[in-house]
Amino acid sequence: MISRPRWRRNRMELVFDRSRPGRRGMLLDPLDVPLSSLPDGLCRREPAALPELSELDVVRHFTRLSQRNVGVDSTFYPLGSCTMKYNPKMAEAVAGLSGFAGLHPHLSSVPVYEPCCQGALALIYDTERLLAEIAGMRAVSLQPMAGAHGELAGVLLIAAYHRDKGNGKDTILIPDSAHGTNPASAAIAGFKVQSVPSGPDGTIHLDRFIESLDERVAGVMLTCPNTHGLFEPEVSAIADRAHEVDALMYYDGANLNAIIGKCRPGDLGFDVMHFNLHKTFGTPHGMGGPGSGPVGVNDRLLPFLPTPRVVLKNDIFTFETPEKTIGKMAPFFGNFLIAVRAYAYIRCLGGEGLKAVSEHAVLNANYIWARLRDAYQSAFDGRFMHECVFTASPQAERGVHAIDIAKGLIDRGFHPPTIYFPLTVKESLMIEPTETESKEAMDAFCDAMLEIADLVLRDPDSLHAAPVTTPVGRLDEVKAARELDCACI
Amino acid sequence: MGWIPTADAERFEMLDAIGAPDLDTLFEPIPESVRLKSWEVPPGQSEMAVRDLMARIAGRNTAGYVSFLGGGYYDHFIPAAVDALASRSEFYTAYTPYQPECSQGTLQAIYEYQSAVCRLTGMDCANASLYDGGTAVFEAATMSIRITGRRRLVCHPSLGPLYRAMLKTHTANLEVEIADGDAPDSETACVIVQNPAFLGGVADYSVLARECHACGALLVVSFNPVSLGILKTPGEMGADIAVAEGQSLGLPLGFGGPYLGVMAVRKAHVRKMPGRIAGATRDARGRRGFVLTLQAREQHIRREKAMSNICSNEALCALRALIYLCLAGKEGLRDVAAQCHAKAEYLKGKFMVPGSHVTVLNAEPTFNEFAVRLESDASDVADRMLGRGFVAGLPLAPLGAGESGDLLMAVTEKRTRKELDDFAAALEKESHGTRV
Repeated sequence: MISRPRWRRNRMELVFDRSRPGRRGMLLDPLDVPLSSLPDGLCRREPAALPELSELDVVRHFTRLSQRNVGVDSTFYPLGSCTMKYNPKMAEAVAGLSGFAGLHPHLSSVPVYEPCCQGALALIYDTERLLAEIAGMRAVSLQPMAGAHGELAGVLLIAAYHRDKGNGKDTILIPDSAHGTNPASAAIAGFKVQSVPSGPDGTIHLDRFIESLDERVAGVMLTCPNTHGLFEPEVSAIADRAHEVDALMYYDGANLNAIIGKCRPGDLGFDVMHFNLHKTFGTPHGMGGPGSGPVGVNDRLLPFLPTPRVVLKNDIFTFETPEKTIGKMAPFFGNFLIAVRAYAYIRCLGGEGLKAVSEHAVLNANYIWARLRDAYQSAFDGRFMHECVFTASPQAERGVHAIDIAKGLIDRGFHPPTIYFPLTVKESLMIEPTETESKEAMDAFCDAMLEIADLVLRDPDSLHAAPVTTPVGRLDEVKAARELDCACI
Repeated sequence: MGWIPTADAERFEMLDAIGAPDLDTLFEPIPESVRLKSWEVPPGQSEMAVRDLMARIAGRNTAGYVSFLGGGYYDHFIPAAVDALASRSEFYTAYTPYQPECSQGTLQAIYEYQSAVCRLTGMDCANASLYDGGTAVFEAATMSIRITGRRRLVCHPSLGPLYRAMLKTHTANLEVEIADGDAPDSETACVIVQNPAFLGGVADYSVLARECHACGALLVVSFNPVSLGILKTPGEMGADIAVAEGQSLGLPLGFGGPYLGVMAVRKAHVRKMPGRIAGATRDARGRRGFVLTLQAREQHIRREKAMSNICSNEALCALRALIYLCLAGKEGLRDVAAQCHAKAEYLKGKFMVPGSHVTVLNAEPTFNEFAVRLESDASDVADRMLGRGFVAGLPLAPLGAGESGDLLMAVTEKRTRKELDDFAAALEKESHGTRV
């Protein structure tokens, strides 16, 4: 049995309420030059009303806040589509090296300082090359700062390609199962979005796809395996048909963990893609970020990549501006310290280790599916890859919805799976264990899921009260939106 | 291998339960024709070997210089407690708080961060973070377009070259007009100013705010968070949207990221703001708790009609900024700002004497950064200054932001009087190109 998080349940003050006039949590050396002041008209009238606290006050407050949270280190966290794998501590140690963490980015802005950052440029160069090789792409830029930012870079590249060729294309095709970021990114890049329906088996059918495909289509954004956890069987044929009308294929790398070392987006016919370093390459999710969303391209899009590119000339790393660059996605090289972690992760695992990642991610998802398939209705009949999707519709008929199952899991010590996504599956429960979970952790989770399924039959009402073990119960979200209180001023 | 715990016997047991003879069977959905045959990824190494490799790579970056490099990113002191608390894995190994009951730590921290940003800026509402200062300028621009229904963005001369470049890239297909200027007209969605300016100048944009409002445009102020320890706030000036690069609040320089995009707005505009927002509410027993709110603005609900495509943000960086602001506190942040300003003024004063070979370019007041003109090429001088142990600052000509002799220098609280004295003396000697 795995241990459950112990909640700190007493009332939490706001940090501002702990303030006591005169307390200090940080002192500087006395000023060793004369004090200087700016004209009154340029200064704020009152100091900012920040709390006055001792260092220990601050440490206690945030330690207690952390005890009202769970992460991958605390418990099984099978949040589907988010790839909540273990984040190796080694990566934190290397990202903290002063030669990386203390390095000023403007050392890359002017040639005179390039000798000062050769190590960082070597790391960027190598990481981009390794990612390109892993995905079968020609080149990668680390600039995009999150997955959705990588998508935006990708569709901007597609737009630049068509503009350059004088193609009057204005539409991007996106399956209905895609993440919401896909259509949102396409819209920012100026495209119309056309949704392609999934078939009843959860995948895109070639005939339905061809119905949507015409000369207006600039690109197709696919996630593969898709968010139903299923590999798109027609992916290569879809790519061929898209290319016939000069539409480019975009690979959403959200689910790369399922296929790494088994097949490569470039070999499947994709022209452009993003990686989620915080999913596939083990960097921490940080409560919602920072992530990192490098963009990869094949030959067609190479001249359009964001500027600058790190290149190697006469054994010295320097910069180049791609001929038809879309410009700057980031001020420098994206979330560099995240790339440092991902690079160390790749070098630890190596080629064989990366293959083992996808093998065990898929093994684990299928194992959970096998253990739960009698108690929960599988959303699709096909073979799941790295995540499995159930529908709680039968449970919902007895009054227990996906959200009630999720809250019941919290009381049993687990972070719930993703619920109500993908939007194509009613009462969806989307479970992604990742490769780093042990059999006994998954068994404990499955036991809890089975216990809940049993409760649905015997005492469904008991689940409506869940969670009862946490610092707060279910919160009133309508009140939060109607009586908006988003700052204590 | 790696961080996979599964032993052979367990693997067989699991395959048995699945009803698959081997791992390969699980990959049957991938057509044989597209399977990977070989790739050139180097073999794996132990943690010890990789840590050694990484230390060697890091060692090829030169640290240890006394640095005057700024340009929007500053080398401030970071208390050890910031690292210690932000390294608690309940924070850094969690994800977006979709399940509020087991994410109250994250949600309360975001709420407190939003509150601290409002108190710092004098604005009403802040979001949970954007990627960085440049993407925050872009999001403020598109937000202005949504609010005003106009498509002209006016970039004030104070706005730096990196932000301009990123704005251009991100809006390339949005049919917007980006104009240079310092005044709005009836077609203007917003005027975007930076305070202090990229070249260091400090100004009060209250009059510009009134001009903007008189013709239905918004004022967007990109600020330096540490400067608000003493400077007039965007709220006091009448700004509609305040954005910032939050790096200076307890984040390492990290060669470009991860950083923190700060955004705060007037209450009237909160429903047009991009990004996640934490809000306070109650549970059935009346206990206060926090949830993500106003989610109907976001991509996972609205898809192509969302306010932005942002999903992952920089929550852990926002937590660092909050912890930094709590440690510094009301007096501490004022101290940091006052020290940065005093030390920069002290250095500037060294060059404002008759016969100096270093000419200060800013006629207006500056905060912690100012531009100078040297008597020879700034990159050449910077090269020679490296030999004396100094990173002298940012030569502006390569960025298209100045002439060949122009150099931008930043001073933080970390510089000592002796370093400033030595640096000023060295720069005087090197400015006119005599090698010594």
